[in-house]
Amino acid sequence: MRTVRAQDVTQAVCEMCQEANLTLTQDMQQALRDAAAKEESALGKRVLGQLEENLRIAEEECIPICQDTGMAVLFVTLGQEVYVDGSLEDALQEGVRRGYVEGYLRKSVVGDPLLRVNTKDNTPAVIYYEVVPGDVLEISFEPKGAGSENMSRVFMLKPAQGAEGVKDAIVQAAIDAGPNACPPMVLGVGIGGTFEKSALLAKKALLREAGSHSPLPHIAAMEEEVLERINRSGIGPGGLGGTVTALAVNIETYATHIACLPVAVNICCHATRHRTRRL
Amino acid sequence: MEITEKKIRFPMTEQEARTLRAGDYVYISGNVYVARDAAHARMQEALDRGDALPFDVKDNAVYYMGPSPARPGQVIGSAGPTTAGRMDKYAPRLIELGLRAMLGKGRRTDEVKEAARRCGCVYLATVGGAGALIAKCIKSSRVIAYEELGAEAVLEMTVEDLPAVVVLDCVGGDLYETEPAKYAR
Ligand code: SF4
Repeated sequence: MRTVRAQDVTQAVCEMCQEANLTLTQDMQQALRDAAAKEESALGKRVLGQLEENLRIAEEECIPICQDTGMAVLFVTLGQEVYVDGSLEDALQEGVRRGYVEGYLRKSVVGDPLLRVNTKDNTPAVIYYEVVPGDVLEISFEPKGAGSENMSRVFMLKPAQGAEGVKDAIVQAAIDAGPNACPPMVLGVGIGGTFEKSALLAKKALLREAGSHSPLPHIAAMEEEVLERINRSGIGPGGLGGTVTALAVNIETYATHIACLPVAVNICCHATRHRTRRL
Repeated sequence: MEITEKKIRFPMTEQEARTLRAGDYVYISGNVYVARDAAHARMQEALDRGDALPFDVKDNAVYYMGPSPARPGQVIGSAGPTTAGRMDKYAPRLIELGLRAMLGKGRRTDEVKEAARRCGCVYLATVGGAGALIAKCIKSSRVIAYEELGAEAVLEMTVEDLPAVVVLDCVGGDLYETEPAKYAR
């Protein structure tokens, strides 16, 4: 058994909340620079220039990249041989609480979806646990903004619709999202599993490095084809027209039922923020 | 496309708003009021009761936004636009009261477009997710109503050269329709 202190978990989460909201990971920064070089529309180029400038100001002046600092989503990979000396759940929630309060991040969570009273510390976070062999403890943090989240979809396709149906669904979701999702977007896609499994895969796919591809050749090819089709839509940066509408399409898959073909599309924006740490 | 740049200021007359065209790249200065979902719901209730609004919408601009908290020494935190479509239900009524401009991001309904054309109101898109950049254009900010709503309170701000693009003008122009069509292939 390896012991991990609950307070170290809290500290790590607290730091990740702040880091992720102030700076994008290198791969995302590079993806935005590449987009600016490729964009054909003058207005689109200008929007991308503003986004780069925005990143510089955010980092230098400690102002969050985007005011929607999200609902906190955490993915925890917990080795069976790890012992946490306290409540792991409480330690994670406390990390989010401290990160958002100490980091001057926006508190965007209401405690009840219908009564809608703000909890004032951005908790509770949405937490997913995966238990694995060994003594690893890895935590990924993803602040998820609502503009793009609200444009996300789950399609329960028929198996007969096949790969073409899947591609059409993803492209349609991106086009419907359009200017609402602060393009250029990143799409996390989950194919297979059950209704909720596909959505979970889609969320997790947003953690992938921008520009990386699925190790499965047929899926990697689909990622490229769908990205190209979305970029041919003309939506462009900010939805103001142009040739760069999406930066990446990340597809994850899982086994599914003989009668099912679920496709979940979790839309994210140019502020696709995340951090991962091992403890 | 040639980019036409204009400097504009709020409050603004209807006559001037009617000269703006979809695609104009504007730098906004002057007074801007901030209100988003919960504040709009409250303003609607106030109107239903026959009460006054927290600010006079006539000739003024409303920015759909909910900032992150300011650090000590900062005027405001991150301050980019939120999705305007969530305010579509409330917008026509304010437009009819003389609201001159809406600042936000994302598509609007036909009802909003129609009311805006008829009453001389424009819809300006600020760059979504550029909250730090926009914060630098905000010179002052104070809560004027519904303080208990936190990030959703109504603010009065002074802005200087805040960049935006005219998406909906008063002559039927809709940049979200026309510009993407030019690059669709
Ligand atoms: S969609 Fe993303 S970039 Fe746009 S406002 Fe929301 S979190 Fe910010």
